[in-house]
Amino acid sequence: MKRMSSLALQSTRQSLIKTVALTGNPNSGKTTLFNAFTKLRQKVGNYPGVTIERKTGTLMLANDRVVNVIDLPGMYSLAVRSPDEQLARNVLMGRTHDTPKPDLVICVVDAGNLERNLYLVSQLQDLGLPMIIALNMMDEVEHQGKEIDAARLSRLLGMPVVPTVASQNKGIEELKQLISEGVTVSYQRGWRMAPDLEEEVEHLVRLLVQHEGMDRHQAFAEALILLSLGAKLKNEEKKAGPTQWFYKEELIRQINMIQDRLHLKGLRARTAAIEARYDWIKSIFKQCVRDKNKQGEDLTERIDAIVTHKLWGWVFFLGIMALMFYMIFTIATYPMDWIDAGFNKLGDWVTQTLPEGQLRNLVVDGMIAGVGGVAIFLPQILILFFFISLLQDTGYMARTAFIMDRVMSRVGLHGKSFIPLLSSFACAIPGIMSARTIESPKDRLVTILVAPLMSCSARLPVYTIMIAVLMPAATGMQKAGIMLAMYMLGIVGACLMAWLFKKTLLRSQKPVFIMELPPYRWPSWHAVVIHMWERSRLFLKRAGTVILALSVVLWVLMSYPRHEGLQGSEALKASFAGQMGTALEPVIEPLGYDWRIGIGLIGSFAAREVFVSTMSIVFNLGDEAREKSLREAFQAAHWPDGRPLFTPLVCLSLMVFYVFALQCVSTVAVVWRETNSWYWPLFQFVYMAILAYLAALSVYQLGRMMGFV
Amino acid sequence: MPENRKTVSLSKMSIGQKGRIRDFLVESDDCERIEEMGVTPGEQVEVVRYAPLGDPIEIKIRGYHLSLRKEEAALIQVEVLS
Repeated sequence: MKRMSSLALQSTRQSLIKTVALTGNPNSGKTTLFNAFTKLRQKVGNYPGVTIERKTGTLMLANDRVVNVIDLPGMYSLAVRSPDEQLARNVLMGRTHDTPKPDLVICVVDAGNLERNLYLVSQLQDLGLPMIIALNMMDEVEHQGKEIDAARLSRLLGMPVVPTVASQNKGIEELKQLISEGVTVSYQRGWRMAPDLEEEVEHLVRLLVQHEGMDRHQAFAEALILLSLGAKLKNEEKKAGPTQWFYKEELIRQINMIQDRLHLKGLRARTAAIEARYDWIKSIFKQCVRDKNKQGEDLTERIDAIVTHKLWGWVFFLGIMALMFYMIFTIATYPMDWIDAGFNKLGDWVTQTLPEGQLRNLVVDGMIAGVGGVAIFLPQILILFFFISLLQDTGYMARTAFIMDRVMSRVGLHGKSFIPLLSSFACAIPGIMSARTIESPKDRLVTILVAPLMSCSARLPVYTIMIAVLMPAATGMQKAGIMLAMYMLGIVGACLMAWLFKKTLLRSQKPVFIMELPPYRWPSWHAVVIHMWERSRLFLKRAGTVILALSVVLWVLMSYPRHEGLQGSEALKASFAGQMGTALEPVIEPLGYDWRIGIGLIGSFAAREVFVSTMSIVFNLGDEAREKSLREAFQAAHWPDGRPLFTPLVCLSLMVFYVFALQCVSTVAVVWRETNSWYWPLFQFVYMAILAYLAALSVYQLGRMMGFV
Repeated sequence: MPENRKTVSLSKMSIGQKGRIRDFLVESDDCERIEEMGVTPGEQVEVVRYAPLGDPIEIKIRGYHLSLRKEEAALIQVEVLS
């Protein structure tokens, strides 16, 4: 690398671009552009060691040329405070193991929000990579009566600027053309800080070039980060520090000396660069943007006047949420019945095809029933993700966070935790997956940890049967009242635990709530469909692997060891699961449960609604147990000494147990995937088990003390 | 009359009021993050609204809308323009 005194980048055409990185601010249309480039040739995974989603795809150029496209997480800045930013920086500099260093960076810029979007551009320039600007959403700018001189912007930035409307596929061909021809860029840093500061930066750049062998671009970018750290570099920070460079002792000493000098002179390195960049951006903005007619209120202002109104805001908000849940609990039931029927048919077909024996039982009762029991939730997940991507893409999601932040902040959470928690009422799996929108890792983790406390739809069958046993003669309103109480109990539990976690284990500074309220936009249906497809694919993949394996394990537990001549509940009692239930009895007796309920609890770990089918086996009802017959069987069940088993107090205690316990392998699996560790799902499982046990115990014991049965 | 212009914290401004950012009361990661979003000294800012429950606050800056909690807004000193 040539060592010039100025930081200019001159790059000639690179004719063989193999890897392109897409970057840009959130809400800039980056994902839309990625979809337009890659169609369905996308791969979603994780970066090694971090929980950040890794999205890659391939772009087809003329003559069958294939280019890899990396979609970096949307971000406002390249500083290294968040894992996203750190990852993006590492990918761009080619420091990530399994991701090739990009030959070209395409920065997607929201033309309607040019000033703030150019901030990231100015940071990207520091890295000295060949770059193109996709000046996106040009239609909105024209609509607002503004004009952007793209040619001039290109000259001032020293890189190609392509006006695009990614949602209408405009400008995509031009971008492809540039990628296939290669780009010529020629830029140098246009902004300057105070001379004293510049001198120190230059000093540090020289040190980094000398000691670490960096090129000048890398060294400059690194110097800015080091000087903006504020705190002194310590020995242990060499490894764990945000820059992850292993500096030599001598260099650290020198850096700390520079920090001291800056401190003495009262120079704020951390904000000086930000302000200098924005000054430079302002001058570019003034030269390139012309406002022809200043309009008063735009559409976004008018919508916001309603949806963030003190009264109408809540009405609208509750309306949307009600609609979402209505769809999840009503419309979704039709396809759910079809899926159920489909799996039953498949089971019947296998029953007829395979010879009788253990293999057939394994396939039908273990695999098909197990996977079917989980796959049945696919319609609910699809509807939920349809709503979530709609809310996100239109911009309303940011408003829900805006109006709910006050409520969430009471328990130490962020407005953005609201949607994941709400979604968990349908199913904790999409809820936990949607927690990805929370930037702070600790807040995200707290949200994930408490999400399954929200009563999901799988608890419904359990609540329904228990309420039926508890109050056979109750009116619909009374039943709904108890149901509501269970939901409220879950909410209160989630709030308390979130508060507790934020106070103790996952203590962090109060979460900062700095959130853009993007203009309202029509969603791209294409993007919504891709999003739904992606999520359901991940869900089904899990159903086909982890859940399949666990279903088999549960089946084995409930079917072995086999004893000749034993049938139904007798055989079940002799099985491993039955033995576990019996062994569990002393532990769960204080809650009012016997070994039979114990088996139900064990079976529930596959999925909560399995409780109902397991209990039908326990009570010898055969596979097709109707709710009524199960209810009668429950009412007839007795302890060996003749006491009735399902007293009202036991029903209540059991329901409370189900409110709090994490009896869902799918959730455990998804938490494992989302947190990339076994520690957190295990921790979650244990804390929720303890919570459920204590809550059920206190219901039963306190109830008895108060004279209930 | 510039000499009459008041300096208040952003969280004390009322809806529709405009001002020019002067300074941050402290130097911290959070303030740096806010500055990176374009809330820098010298820039004009307008309070658009408060959330229905009174917090957070929505401001307009550099032609876009940003929301932040009053707690953070209290750290930003603003010279009131109108």
